Amino acid sequence: MEPPRDAALWGIMAVGPAFDEIMGTAGSRNPRPALGALGDWLDSTDDAELRRRQLSAEATFRQLGITFAVYGDEDASERIIPFDIVPRVFLKDEWDRLSQGLIQRVEAINLFLDDIYGERKILKEGILPDDLIFGNPQFRPEIAGMRPPHGIWAHICGIDLVRTGPDDFFVLEDNARTPSGVSYMLENREAMLRLCPELFRQFRVAAVDSYPDRLLQTMKSVAPEGTGSNPVCVVLTPGHFNSAYYEHSFLADSMGVELVEAADLVVDDDIVWMRTIAGRVKVDVIYRRIDDDFLDPLVFRPDSALGVRGLIAAYAAGNVAIINAPGNGIADDKAIYSYMPEIVRYYTGAEAKLPNVQTFRCREPEALRYTLDHLDQLVVKLVDGSGGYGMLVGPTASNEEIANFRAALIAEPQRYIAQPTLALSTVPTLVEKGFAPRHVDFRPFVLTGSKGIQVVPGGLTRVALREGSLVVNSSQGGGTKDSFVLMDNGPSQSQSQVQG
Amino acid sequence: MLSRTASSLYWLGRYVERADFIARLVEATVRLDVLSPTPAGEIAWGSALTVIEAADAFKASGATMGQQSVARFLTLDRSHPGSIIRCLEMARTNARAVRTALTRDAWTGINRAWLLFDGRSSPGGATATMNLLEAVKVETRGFEGAIHHMLKNQATWFIRLGQAVERADNTARLLDVKYHILLPAGEVVGGVVDRDQWTTILQTVSAVTAYRWLYNDGLQPANVIDLLIARHELPRSLAASAEEAVELLSQLARRTGQHGEADRMARARHIRIAKTRSADIIVNGLHQYLKAFLEENAKLHFAIGRQFKFS
Repeated sequence: MEPPRDAALWGIMAVGPAFDEIMGTAGSRNPRPALGALGDWLDSTDDAELRRRQLSAEATFRQLGITFAVYGDEDASERIIPFDIVPRVFLKDEWDRLSQGLIQRVEAINLFLDDIYGERKILKEGILPDDLIFGNPQFRPEIAGMRPPHGIWAHICGIDLVRTGPDDFFVLEDNARTPSGVSYMLENREAMLRLCPELFRQFRVAAVDSYPDRLLQTMKSVAPEGTGSNPVCVVLTPGHFNSAYYEHSFLADSMGVELVEAADLVVDDDIVWMRTIAGRVKVDVIYRRIDDDFLDPLVFRPDSALGVRGLIAAYAAGNVAIINAPGNGIADDKAIYSYMPEIVRYYTGAEAKLPNVQTFRCREPEALRYTLDHLDQLVVKLVDGSGGYGMLVGPTASNEEIANFRAALIAEPQRYIAQPTLALSTVPTLVEKGFAPRHVDFRPFVLTGSKGIQVVPGGLTRVALREGSLVVNSSQGGGTKDSFVLMDNGPSQSQSQVQG
Repeated sequence: MLSRTASSLYWLGRYVERADFIARLVEATVRLDVLSPTPAGEIAWGSALTVIEAADAFKASGATMGQQSVARFLTLDRSHPGSIIRCLEMARTNARAVRTALTRDAWTGINRAWLLFDGRSSPGGATATMNLLEAVKVETRGFEGAIHHMLKNQATWFIRLGQAVERADNTARLLDVKYHILLPAGEVVGGVVDRDQWTTILQTVSAVTAYRWLYNDGLQPANVIDLLIARHELPRSLAASAEEAVELLSQLARRTGQHGEADRMARARHIRIAKTRSADIIVNGLHQYLKAFLEENAKLHFAIGRQFKFS
């Protein structure tokens, strides 16, 4: 048996203090045993060649128009998200464990929503404080008592995960409203298949291209009862100026359904119709990519120009399924998040398989005191913020930023939560000189239809491209990587470098 | 199909066709300018502006007449709604809005054409301008090719219907502005400038070779008029555009069951043009004929919108 190669021989990069998805625990000099072939690939492929492929992928994204808009940045209205050529890899065992945790969590989210807008047993039994729900702007009293077809609320969930060690995955955030990013999962894979086919010969990577079919099946499975065998499904977009418009059109296109705007829909006698060149066509299932606020001006924001008047009445009458259901914000709110372990235990009768990140609820005086005393060590987030806005990353913040945040925190503590800064795992990433470890997170996509819950074997890996940065949001200098889920635990051992 | 989608597809067709036409017009004018003594060159650019009804807008822009300034105005000037960049922008906006109805190839054709222009401020000198225009034509041809490889369905037909209506409009305008060159008073017919002017017209509609094949004769004004109005063989002739509109509308009617006013108007026009002899047009007044044609084409445009519930 060959002796293990040392790091100098691999020559990939020096692993930082955090766990590396490819190289393993901090200080490791070799790739993880199952990933030796990936180490070889990184080692033997010329940097310039990989850079060329990366540029080619980005050129394709630009031509396809896979762009996003940065709010508040007029000049850069259309940017592509940087793509990194080195994939992150899940071994089969890791993925199976993760999937079980995800399924459990999404099951709990659906049961929680059904309960909160229904009987509210979890409040009656004192598991959650009432004001956490009723004082929360994400709670929608307007839809209390309505029940979506088949009792499913969160059909499409994106659960943001971080990892700190070989077996240490944590949920950072639940997205049960309109999680985006699935188009990147699919387009990044397309790019990798085209640019690095050799990797797919060495590793058996689970395919992700069935996602649109799975999504369409999910949509059809939750159509209102009595709809018939071929329900009319549509994707509802705010329009082509929306930052995620590419994804909306991509999904509609790959499912072969109409991409509609609010003006294309009309509600008449509690039935939703779309306007076509041949007259009106009844709509049964709407995958909306519009926030609740803008869904129906009769029920939510009256000034919304994006909405469909009467849509919620049609939904209440049971004539249309809305995906995800209105009101879901109460399940992925950051204040609720800290109670997720209790919520999972309450509804599934078991401890959460995927733990939360330790969270201090600043609404509680003791937690607030602790947070104020440790601002330089914590990540503090707005309960209702997203996209990395309204967020303090203590260890990298300036004194002035900390002082400003302290004032905001004291003024409105109930709007904030705080979490320790985690040593997020890294993945080798192509940088100016060779490879360097860069921190990543991960968003897998979980689909819930009337026939059960499924986890798509892949997801969106976001990478903080700046050295040491923990902020992976695309609006703040983040990029993406392909995420391989292996169908076995690595290539056959004879092909790989075997350690020891 | 959504009415909004149909409308966007139709406009996508119109704007791509318009961008392509302006590219040809500028290209032909650059050639003419190079061949002409300076004052004639200026006349050539002025005439190009008149063809697309941009003479007043150009004057208002304050620029002086010349190859660089007019070429920039017609290609890259974002403040001018009739510039190629603006046409491509409108085409792209419509294409984005109906992204799902297009194939990847069709969309990337439009997007690549737009990317060629986005961020450029000057078309450069004559050679650089020609290269830029050639690049646009390559992309619009790529788009055309992609359209023909799309599913033979409503999406394709609406785009092509928009193209057919726009093409009829463009060719009629081109002839209307240039007819005094074809039928000059005083100038020796067959002189050098004439030949160049006629060639310019034929180049703008990609018909130089077609002319030779069909007429097997030196450049004769009556032949050029005949070619551009009455010959079905030439895709950019009025007759061919009118015929295509009829075919596309009846394909749409077969598939969607929607037919009516637009079909009747298109068919009546087609039959009338088929019976027309170009010699009669010249005798009765070419300008009057073209003016009536343009008005009728505009009416057809609105009838299409009503028939398929655009807006």
